Amino acid sequence: MSAFNAIDDEREIDREEFTPALEPQPTWCPGCGDFGVLKALKQAMPEVGRTPEETLLVTGIGCSGKLNSYFESYGFHTIHGRSLPIARAAKLANPGLEVVAAGGDGDGYGIGGNHFMHTARENHDMTYIVFNNEIFGLTKGQTSPTSPMGHKSKTQPHGSAKQPLRPLSMALNSGASYIARTAAVNPNQAKQILQEAMEHDGFAHVDFLTQCPTWNKDAKQYVPYIDINESDDYDFDNTNREEAAEMMFETENKLHEGEVLTGRYYVDSDRPSYQQEKQNIGEMPDEPLAERYFDEDYEWERSYDMFLDKHA
Amino acid sequence: MTDDELIWRIAGGSGDGIASTSQNFAKALMRSGLHVFTHRHYPSRIRGGHTYTEIRAREEPTKSRGDGYNFLLALGDSFARNPQDNAYYGKEEIKPLSENLDELREGGVIVYDSGLLDPSEIPNFDERVEENGWHVFDLDLRSLAREHGREVMRNTAGVGVTCAITGFDLEYVETLMRDAMKESILEPNLTVLEEAYEMVQEEYDVDAPDVSVPTGEHDEEQLLMSGSDAIAYGAIDEGCRFIAGYPMTPWTEVFTIMSQNLPELGGISEQVEDEIAAAALAIGASHAGVKAMSGSSGGGFALMSEPLGLAEMTETPVVLVEAMRAGPSTGMPTKPEQGDLEHVLYTSQGDSNRVVFAPGTVAEAYDASRKAFHFAYEYQIPSIVVYDQKLGGEMVNVPKSHFDRDPNPTLGSTLTEAELEDAPHSEDGKFSRFRHDTPEDNGVSPRSIPGQKGGRFLATGNEHMPQGHISEDPDNRVIQMDHRMQKLASIREELDSDPESSAQTYYGEDDATYGIMTFGSQQGTVEEAVSRLNDDGHSVKSIGVTDMMPYPEQEVTEFIESVDEVLVVEMNASAQFRGLTQKELGRFGDKLTSLLKYNGNPFEPAEVVDGFKENILGEEDLPQHQTTSVPAAGD
Repeated sequence: MSAFNAIDDEREIDREEFTPALEPQPTWCPGCGDFGVLKALKQAMPEVGRTPEETLLVTGIGCSGKLNSYFESYGFHTIHGRSLPIARAAKLANPGLEVVAAGGDGDGYGIGGNHFMHTARENHDMTYIVFNNEIFGLTKGQTSPTSPMGHKSKTQPHGSAKQPLRPLSMALNSGASYIARTAAVNPNQAKQILQEAMEHDGFAHVDFLTQCPTWNKDAKQYVPYIDINESDDYDFDNTNREEAAEMMFETENKLHEGEVLTGRYYVDSDRPSYQQEKQNIGEMPDEPLAERYFDEDYEWERSYDMFLDKHA
Repeated sequence: MTDDELIWRIAGGSGDGIASTSQNFAKALMRSGLHVFTHRHYPSRIRGGHTYTEIRAREEPTKSRGDGYNFLLALGDSFARNPQDNAYYGKEEIKPLSENLDELREGGVIVYDSGLLDPSEIPNFDERVEENGWHVFDLDLRSLAREHGREVMRNTAGVGVTCAITGFDLEYVETLMRDAMKESILEPNLTVLEEAYEMVQEEYDVDAPDVSVPTGEHDEEQLLMSGSDAIAYGAIDEGCRFIAGYPMTPWTEVFTIMSQNLPELGGISEQVEDEIAAAALAIGASHAGVKAMSGSSGGGFALMSEPLGLAEMTETPVVLVEAMRAGPSTGMPTKPEQGDLEHVLYTSQGDSNRVVFAPGTVAEAYDASRKAFHFAYEYQIPSIVVYDQKLGGEMVNVPKSHFDRDPNPTLGSTLTEAELEDAPHSEDGKFSRFRHDTPEDNGVSPRSIPGQKGGRFLATGNEHMPQGHISEDPDNRVIQMDHRMQKLASIREELDSDPESSAQTYYGEDDATYGIMTFGSQQGTVEEAVSRLNDDGHSVKSIGVTDMMPYPEQEVTEFIESVDEVLVVEMNASAQFRGLTQKELGRFGDKLTSLLKYNGNPFEPAEVVDGFKENILGEEDLPQHQTTSVPAAGD
């Protein structure tokens, strides 16, 4: 008997369940791309078949970190850059949970870059949505890791001398097994990509272009977008690592030339998730660890019986 | 020499097998019925560099290293790389012999491996031997080991020699070797051991030095255990099945022990990218319903500051351990110090709200580890066990019965799905996870776990309302702060409710005139100093304080008020423990004198004895030590 009956609850799910009954007034500006992520996530969730109480939405700090204030589920609004280590541990503790982490480009590619690299490398079975608005919004418009070279802000008064970070390429090199880019201006694709990401068994990275109309671009500047999987201009196999790498490189270059490419860049369905790898070497229990603490019949081991003889 | 104790020091280079040899010999001594205490000294490098382990063996309980030692087994540093005389760090090859002479007692024994060491390289060696009445055995242990086995078995040969000189029954050593060694190396080791033993018996006058292994008898079964072992076992017995960490000396020991044992217990160990992640993983696992821990040493713990604050704000239980080493910065990685006390107490932004225990002995380390989990999970607060390289690495005998206790795997203040049905929810259906109007009024509001029906809430590092929504409303802010800060008072109340189980350790007569206070790993040394002072006719008692936060205000006040003056002994340069005591008690500045040591080595009992005589009794012309005194206010 499970102590977590919300998990694998086979019932009809209404997308409205993901909207809080008393919806707090969002802190996001009118026209903000963050609304697009919220909407796409609410739409994708019933398609994936998960309910609010079997979902843990872990966020970082920034406007994007407020996502779980407006999304009904278990939520953990953490600290700047640290959503991934918290999220992946929760998944290890209870693999039955649907674990989604989310944060901004500063949060995920800057201050939390090390965690991004290693969580992708380990291929935890979870989804990571990066709200990429190419700017630090909440702190009022400073240059971010994905801001283009030459980007001027109050902290980069002569324009940034740095090349922008390449999020898709970084995810691929680090080991993510599902990598996509979508945009708030493309709600249908966004919903579908989030659904695929959550259904993927492994680390799914979604670079989500979210316009910041107050400090950076408005929605118009992400239109027109091109879906590389559907466009006749692009012919590549997104299960082929080399071709994916090339497509990513081109996409990252084009964004700064004003051309918005989106789609699924890399899908590796064969690679086992970290949880599976860890079980294969005997370092992860078959039953969710969290269940054990509610199991009144479990016989808890004592160091006295198990480990002390070698000290005698 | 007629010491009633053996203090045996085995010296060599890192990688020479000093640690495992000394551990086996300590266990052999323990099995023979003696009380043992070990002290490790080693450099931060893989191979080479002067390292030693000291084993003190006595008939009576042994809580501390002694003053100096009486038996040196100098193996020589077989990895020494810079043999030039003018090398920056000096000539390393000879150090296992040369570096240890200052502390060798008069009449002591020197056994050195003449295959590697040439005492003519040590200035005035012969004169010093003469002057101090040392008994020197120069033996080519290297050749003997090569002849019957392999060169690395020099250690075994050294143990055989030790047994021959001290009259210790080889059987204890042989039994241990049979238990521990693979067949392929067992036979040659046994041969080396016996050959060395016989060689000394035949060729030397082993009766000349009057040094022997004392005899003793235990009244119950003993275990040889370190502070790191005890902390790990305490965690396991509290149902901790998740650890995340990043290697750093000396915390790595606890991390290693847990990582080796958890798979067998169906638990999870994660070595991760950095200490920020390590602490965050422990918090994430705990949030999802698993008893979890992490830890580090000074620099790594600094990285955990922000997650620590998150755990306080989101009321997520978590246990961290901090193995102090000499700082600041990288400091001296393998040397003990107690300089991280304030760091552990106050790091992270905002008002700190955590439990901190500093156990004084190996047995107390087990207790503190268990209590840390108890308070973390019952009160939904981070708990920290702060210790140091000394306590973590010292091996002592502890009665096995100390660990014969029931496990306590409860998740603490957590609701089941059935209980959640009756629990208060806000209008929007969210569980009031952070309600402040709990009937117990002890600062604890029971939590739900993700995946439970009827338990959803938002945990956030922002200030928040009962269901978790972010809020900056002043009234809510004050209520929530007071609710969280209430926990420490509740914990203190629980700790004080059973004086029998106080973690503070008292030693000496209640009505003593003077007191010595200390915290953490210096407790045993202070107690030995108190014994000696009382034997000398002085009237002294001591308190070893374990509870750092919440501070045991009542107990310490009573102790200080009961004596005329107090010497506060701690292993740092800025008297942090004395500062904490004055801050918590708000007085006694004119009654507390500090004795500090921060040279990388723990106190020896004589240093505390002399520090007491100088500072409290005003005696002069005492032996000089590398310690520092800070007088009480007004003195």
